[in-house]
Amino acid sequence: MKDSLRDIRLLDDLARRQNPINKLHPLVKLLTTIIYLAVVVSFGRYEISALLPLIFYPVVVFALAELAPGRILRRIAWVMPLVIGIGIFNPVFDHQTVTIMNSTISKGWLSFISLVIKCVLTVAAGILLVATTGMEKLGAAMRIIGVPKIMVLQLLLTYRYILLLGDELARMLRAYSLRAPGHRGIKLAAWGSFAGSLLLRSFDRAQRVYAAMCLRGFKGDYNTGDDAKVGVRDLQFLIGWVAFFLITRSYNLPFLLGSFLTGVIGQ
Amino acid sequence: MSHHRVEARNLHFSYPDGQAAIQDISFTILHGEAVGIIGANGAGKSTLLMLLMGILFPDSGEIIVGDTRLTPKTLPMIRERLGMVFQDPDDQLFMTTVRDDVAFGPRNYHLDEQEVASRVREALAQVGILHLRDRAPFKLSGGEKRAAAIATVLSMKPDILIMDEPTSSLDPKSRRMVMELLKSFEHTKIITSHDLDMVLETCQRFLVIKEGSVAADGPAGEILKNPQLLHSCGLEMPLSLQKCPICGDQTKNFKSG
Repeated sequence: MKDSLRDIRLLDDLARRQNPINKLHPLVKLLTTIIYLAVVVSFGRYEISALLPLIFYPVVVFALAELAPGRILRRIAWVMPLVIGIGIFNPVFDHQTVTIMNSTISKGWLSFISLVIKCVLTVAAGILLVATTGMEKLGAAMRIIGVPKIMVLQLLLTYRYILLLGDELARMLRAYSLRAPGHRGIKLAAWGSFAGSLLLRSFDRAQRVYAAMCLRGFKGDYNTGDDAKVGVRDLQFLIGWVAFFLITRSYNLPFLLGSFLTGVIGQ
Repeated sequence: MSHHRVEARNLHFSYPDGQAAIQDISFTILHGEAVGIIGANGAGKSTLLMLLMGILFPDSGEIIVGDTRLTPKTLPMIRERLGMVFQDPDDQLFMTTVRDDVAFGPRNYHLDEQEVASRVREALAQVGILHLRDRAPFKLSGGEKRAAAIATVLSMKPDILIMDEPTSSLDPKSRRMVMELLKSFEHTKIITSHDLDMVLETCQRFLVIKEGSVAADGPAGEILKNPQLLHSCGLEMPLSLQKCPICGDQTKNFKSG
């Protein structure tokens, strides 16, 4: 539990650092990520090679933001069981085959691999966006593009309340384990009262935090005080990446590169 | 009339389960006064503070700050004048850095960023934690968190400071630091606490609450030297006013040694 809380707080820590990506305007990072996600999911279920160049975006952002790979990869790994659970039946139900470079491959396996790649790319882009921007600035950027105030507020408060809920859960787990030596996890019989108590305690805590916010003039707008304008560097980042995404979507770059190289070598 | 004045008139409040928490409380706190609200657990101190801040509204009676009656309509204006520090600083610190937490209030009142930055610097310097401005609040020690929570309120430049148990769960050094800080403020102060030695040092007037009513209201010396009153309200004389535990001499105490 403590590790999970540390992991959530780590994203806040990462967002506060100074590097070329963190310094970009949040709106630009949000728009680039939205377009990236749209392009990734727009590829057909059997397309793999055309999808591969899109890996450059998270890799470049990753390097410029000076992030430790292990931490981000671990977070991506958390969602893999879900994706594998969804896609693992594709090879079972989809028996069509396709011949690639003289070998016959089941289309079910192609769609499964494509799903896993899409998942890795989209989750990585999402994590990188939060880790290089921070939730508050992201909320401000969402307001700029017209996301309703109530939705942005829900997102930001949920993010904050996860920590409060986690804090309460960690305390209760500690108290439980000290009085239940040798138990692994929580006994089924105790789950009802444990969950109920956790819910009520986190309601109380959330109400106190909300009261503290209201006492300092909070009226529903999360004001980050960051009123920086979009600059030339921000626009270069946005236009550069969007151009790359659109070229990747329009042309199968690995195929073109392969044809070009084999053509050159053939001559 | 001074807008630093706080008046409670015949306040009554019951929780939804029917428990009467406040029963006919009236008092007036004048400009510059430092008032300690003391009482046993469950006496109604925190409920009273929540009524003063408009987090709860009384079933009957009224609260007047300056010349303004506390109503849902006047709440934003009144909250700008009253600054409340919560018992648990973790309830008050929810942003990602101390600086953002201290800036939260001024930004909500749409001050320009230059003014916000200057207020943040001033408030943090006043509580002595300017060097912690870029730290995450959850990484601070108990005393530092308390100082940060006080700074979040000071940055709003309130006329009246309200503090719920400001020295609870602090080590002796941090407790002393917070006490010195409280003494240095020239605001009108309303402080609830079980730490009677702290209240004795920081407040000149005491309100004793017993079962939701005012059991006594008077100068600190008068109230704290009345063991019968304190005992009947579930309290004890502050250690600094008790007999010396070693020689039993009434003229010596913990404080004078």
